[in-house]
Amino acid sequence: MANVKRVERPLSPHLQIYRPQLTAITSILTRITGNALIVGVMLAVWWLLAAATSPDYFAVANAVATSWFGDLVFTGSAWAVWYHYLAGLRHLYYDAGKGLDIPTAEKLGWACIIGSVVLTVITILLVQ
Amino acid sequence: MRYLTARKRAEGKGAAHTGTEHHWSMTVSAVALAFMVPTWLYIFGSALGQLQEAVVAIFARPFPAILTALVLVVGMRHFAMGATMMIEDYARGSARKIGIIFAYSLSAVIVATGLFALVKIAI
Repeated sequence: MANVKRVERPLSPHLQIYRPQLTAITSILTRITGNALIVGVMLAVWWLLAAATSPDYFAVANAVATSWFGDLVFTGSAWAVWYHYLAGLRHLYYDAGKGLDIPTAEKLGWACIIGSVVLTVITILLVQ
Repeated sequence: MRYLTARKRAEGKGAAHTGTEHHWSMTVSAVALAFMVPTWLYIFGSALGQLQEAVVAIFARPFPAILTALVLVVGMRHFAMGATMMIEDYARGSARKIGIIFAYSLSAVIVATGLFALVKIAI
């Protein structure tokens, strides 16, 4: 007879004890950064619209864009755009069927993380 | 043994019914943005924090204006399609439809606003 009592088996893939892997984290970060960039784009376009409209309107938008909040959004966006940029290049490289072995994939993941931070610092130094 | 012939399987263009069209479109816009974004970041970053006259003077020049327009049009299409991909992964039913319509609408509003600002600065 079939056992009516259901056996409590652990569910795959054991998310609570699953060791996070660099390749998985760098992949989901690509999606997060790409979608989060909409915040910086909205602030930038609003600021540009204000610049095109009137001195009063520009004063308001510029105060927001250059406040601590604006600095936070644009610094975050600079990192997000560079991360998404490098991860996108990695995606194109993967699409060509290259770099898919684990050691190379992990190196490319670190390249995205370290490279994005370095490029963000360079960008901020260049435009400040 | 497969009952479907290779041709018959290809005809429906897979589960998406659009084949690799979405992926290829993302590839094309990604390469375009890869060429444009670093220069645009420099232009925008340099303009940010300046006085209004200086900002208007920068975006009145042809190169910054045309580059900004291109980044907006290509970038917002890239965003709308990428956001659609995310929504399709995490939402279903009406939430999915509303989410995708919202992503495309927001992108359109941003493009229209940005282009209006550029035209107003240019003329």
